[in-house]
Amino acid sequence: MKSLALLAAMALPLAAHAQTDPADWDAVTAAAKGQTVYWNAWGGSTTTNDFIAWIGAKVQDEYGVTLEHVKLTDTADAVTRVLAEKQAGTDTDGAIDMIWINGANFAAMKDAGLLFGPFAEQLPNWQYVDVDGKTVQTDFTVPVEGFESPWAMAQVVFDYNSEVLEPMGSMQAILDWSTANPGRFTYPQPPDFLGTTFLKQVLVDTLVDASVLQQPATDDNYEDVTAPLWAYLDALTPTLWRQGRAYPATGTAMFPLIADREIDLSISFSPGAATAAIANDELPDTVRTFVLDKGTIGNASFVAIPYNSGSFEGAMVVANALLSPEAQARAQDPNILGYGTVLAMDKLDADQKALFDALDLGIATLSPEELGTVQAEPHPSWMTRISDDWTARYGVAQ
Amino acid sequence: MKNRVLPVVPALTLLVMLGPVLAGLYGTVLPAFGHLPAGGLVGPNLDAFRALLDWPGLPRSVMLSLTTGIGTTVIALALVMLLVAGWSGTRAFRALERLLSPLLSVPHAAAAFGLAFLIAPSGWIARLLSPGITGWTNPPDWLIVQDPLGLTLMLGMVVKEMPFLLLMTLAALGQTDAARARAIASALGYGRTTGWLKTVFPRVYAQIRLPVYVVLAYGMSVVDVALILGPNTPPPLSVQIVRWMGEPDFTARLLASSAALLQLALVVGALLFWRLGEIIVATLGLRWITSGHRGASDAPLRIAALSAASIAALSILLGLVVLAVWSFSGFWSFPNALPDAFSLKTWMRQSTGVLDALGETALIAGSVTLLALILTIGCLEAEYRQRRNLTQRGLLLLYLPLLIPQTAFLPGLQSLLLNVGADIGRAPVMLAHLVFVLPYVFLSLADPFRAWDSRNASVAAALGASPDGILWRVRLPMLLRPVLTAVAVGLSVSVGQYLPTLLIGGGRVATLTTEAVALTSGGDRRAIAVWGLMQTGAALVPFALALIIPALVWRNRKGLSHG
Amino acid sequence: MDKGLTLDRIAVFKDGKPLVALDHHIAPGEVLSVMGPSGIGKSTLLSVVTGTLPRAFSFTGRVHLDGRDITDAAPQRRMVGILFQDDLLFPHLSVGANLAFGLRPGGSRAARQNRIEDALAEVDLAGFANRDPATLSGGQKARVALMRMLLAEPCALLLDEAFGRLDTALRAQVRDLVFARARSRALPVLMVTHDAQDAEAAGGEVVTLGT
Repeated sequence: MKSLALLAAMALPLAAHAQTDPADWDAVTAAAKGQTVYWNAWGGSTTTNDFIAWIGAKVQDEYGVTLEHVKLTDTADAVTRVLAEKQAGTDTDGAIDMIWINGANFAAMKDAGLLFGPFAEQLPNWQYVDVDGKTVQTDFTVPVEGFESPWAMAQVVFDYNSEVLEPMGSMQAILDWSTANPGRFTYPQPPDFLGTTFLKQVLVDTLVDASVLQQPATDDNYEDVTAPLWAYLDALTPTLWRQGRAYPATGTAMFPLIADREIDLSISFSPGAATAAIANDELPDTVRTFVLDKGTIGNASFVAIPYNSGSFEGAMVVANALLSPEAQARAQDPNILGYGTVLAMDKLDADQKALFDALDLGIATLSPEELGTVQAEPHPSWMTRISDDWTARYGVAQ
Repeated sequence: MKNRVLPVVPALTLLVMLGPVLAGLYGTVLPAFGHLPAGGLVGPNLDAFRALLDWPGLPRSVMLSLTTGIGTTVIALALVMLLVAGWSGTRAFRALERLLSPLLSVPHAAAAFGLAFLIAPSGWIARLLSPGITGWTNPPDWLIVQDPLGLTLMLGMVVKEMPFLLLMTLAALGQTDAARARAIASALGYGRTTGWLKTVFPRVYAQIRLPVYVVLAYGMSVVDVALILGPNTPPPLSVQIVRWMGEPDFTARLLASSAALLQLALVVGALLFWRLGEIIVATLGLRWITSGHRGASDAPLRIAALSAASIAALSILLGLVVLAVWSFSGFWSFPNALPDAFSLKTWMRQSTGVLDALGETALIAGSVTLLALILTIGCLEAEYRQRRNLTQRGLLLLYLPLLIPQTAFLPGLQSLLLNVGADIGRAPVMLAHLVFVLPYVFLSLADPFRAWDSRNASVAAALGASPDGILWRVRLPMLLRPVLTAVAVGLSVSVGQYLPTLLIGGGRVATLTTEAVALTSGGDRRAIAVWGLMQTGAALVPFALALIIPALVWRNRKGLSHG
Repeated sequence: MDKGLTLDRIAVFKDGKPLVALDHHIAPGEVLSVMGPSGIGKSTLLSVVTGTLPRAFSFTGRVHLDGRDITDAAPQRRMVGILFQDDLLFPHLSVGANLAFGLRPGGSRAARQNRIEDALAEVDLAGFANRDPATLSGGQKARVALMRMLLAEPCALLLDEAFGRLDTALRAQVRDLVFARARSRALPVLMVTHDAQDAEAAGGEVVTLGT
């Protein structure tokens, strides 16, 4: 199919390369019809894969867009691919039409001009997005400017086995508990997304004033600001699962560890994931979640479109479908995905809101009130340096 | 096949096999020296090598690469040699041989998953023994899978490479007159193992030298098994290369390229080191042979070799069994020996994706194997008609794609394919698979093809058959079994390919192997089990067919029905 | 029991059916020739003595060597030497190393070297130690194979069509050499052959199978 499209593109260069205006939604949907969208998204979770398949069926029905889920082990693979294509001069019809992205990957692609846009705020469903209450217009302090469209909210929660321990209110309390119960806690190995988030969570929680993290790290302040983090990790690491000599690869890789009673506490970036995993036989039904007294870090997941996508109209249709109240309510259903919505409830009409009200969040999911304060993500420069330092200190030659 | 085409087939085969390798190496060298125009980086400079040397994980990463490769090769070779020395010709050996041969086609990733599910502190073995024997209610905090020294990785590789070396050894044994050498040695008073090592091993080793080198190079640069069983603090160099290839930071790509060249140098260095070792062993060995010692300690060696080989075979088999249990498992907590409930949920849930990937896998493997088979038969027939045999140098060329680490040339090949605009769909993936499938198909078919009694051709020619007619109507039908075996080998090699599919397919080409390995990071054991089993099935079924089809076709031809 | 090789009521069966039987004592320095057409089971009989009987066969009776019952001993412990139709020199070893392989362990390297040189000289091959076996003529190979066998100091010698590949002139020469060496070491010799001249040259008793 792709080669046919390429032949057509060569035969009719003007028609095929005519830029569809993202603001002209009718033109977008017309161009999208029949397109195939290759969505590169992390493929390590069955529930996520099922949700993406559901979205695919929806856009196929409603817009005639075919969605192919390209399953990644690491989002950065997709970034590399786009870079490689630019290097080779493949400026049209690249392999990737849409990427599940945020944070450093987004910053890198935006800086390098590898993204299509702005398009996000032209999507019809943007009208429902909670622009004021959720961090959807900055991504790790980097202005989004319409180059990526939000579709899920994530917030740090701690999954714990309620048979064995009680919720804890601070990172210090977690350290004390782990010292008393060695080998029962771990976190994913940085530079995994959730692993670096754990480091940031330690930093945010142990700093008296975390506002310094909203500015880029400098050579002057980096060492002073991160000193409490390293002190914390030096104390924590020997008490970790496997004495910190091995780490799980990702967040979901900790589910089997809890199920096997290897650990009793882990970190998650999805408040509803534990409930979903219990329903999926991946976690015991004694697992519950808690957040810290000072609140926990939260951010949005986005989708972005590479500059050389041959099906950007189709990708916009998918991005818009992800923002629909129907899809957002489905994503929040703990039996399906358990992701937080990016929509504002007060912008929805009664029928749309009813979709959310009908949800039973499940036994292990905290209510929006219980989730409490959302701490902002630090500037990406902190994460990059901390991640590198972590690797040097704990990730090699231990 | 027209006679005008036939003479160019060998050259064509070399081109499709070595072209991508050389081009890929070329594509790796440029970024290694800082030249990556799309990233705004212009070389040449040595920045990437400097950054590589500054990476704190380098010494351990390099060490892991070396210990895994050399350790795997030494242990697997020693066990196979002791096994064959002590047991060939016995009933136990034939049983083990029958067991190990199909295990050869179990894909590396599936075998690694099974092993991990078996030997982890919360694995099946611990579950079966707990709490009854061990007293554990929680799994012990032991670092078995992903241990920093890579011992589990090495174990997984040994278990998987033993069947390969065994099969290569058995093929070589046919040319060494081993049975009569054993008779002589035993008449001279030699024990079974010692006699074999002194009289047969030197000749067998000369025959399996290249396969041993393949194990060494592969063990040093394996990615999928290392992702599943290997350490991460730091990982072996090959895994780190793939990781750097995937980082958003563009300079990481340069780092990956320089590390790829280092990996190439390491493999070349290790091969030279191994060659040196061969010379030393040969010198010491001659002294041992001429000392006249008859081998008093044969018995313990025999038992150790048989035990090790049985454990290797059993661990792959049990690994597959535990995959099957997990794939039907409901909630399954430690230390229960079996899940609380069984269900088809995981299979139902994965079925669509699995079937799609199976289709893709079958299409790629089928096309690649067919192409490889045509080229192989073309080469062998050209060789036969021109009365020219493959030289030792030609054989080395055949092994070259298997000796050069995948991580050294696939990244560069990716850039090259993009340059010629070929990165659409699965065709380039097939091309990349062909590089690895061709040598195995050729090696599998060459010996039976050459061993065919050419008097059959003389008879057919005397009866008026043309050379093409002889090939199609006499030679290939008589060689049905080896041809089908070669096809099965080709299919299973293609099914097992991870890195070429991932890097060259750019993620668009989803095979059973790429999808299964992608699941590793998520840790969903039920899904991993389903995909691992499907991957194994895709590789094993062709072997079963290769056995069944000739038996059916030649059921009334006794002379052809026993291989 | 007597010195020499005794086949005590040996009967060999293939798949349960009788194949060949022999009951005989061979005194030291004597030769027993067993004759018969190919396929009759002559070599199988020898494998009973060497302890390498293929799985499809079975046998009854006992084998004694110099008074020891070796029927159930491991092949390498029987001290029974055998020469085959082909010389079977190991191609990866020099002539000297082939002989060293046969020589019982022990002694300094120089002493072993001397014994090998002596053995080569005994069969008129002095100075051949460093030669590649592949460069030797058929008669030379046969002589090296004989000496390799004898250096292992066997207590009996079996000949399995040992001269079958040699041409007539060479054959007589090698045959005489083998019988002379065996006699000088007082070895009982059991020879199977289908060639009446071999049996005649051996000068001992002749048993013909299959009649």
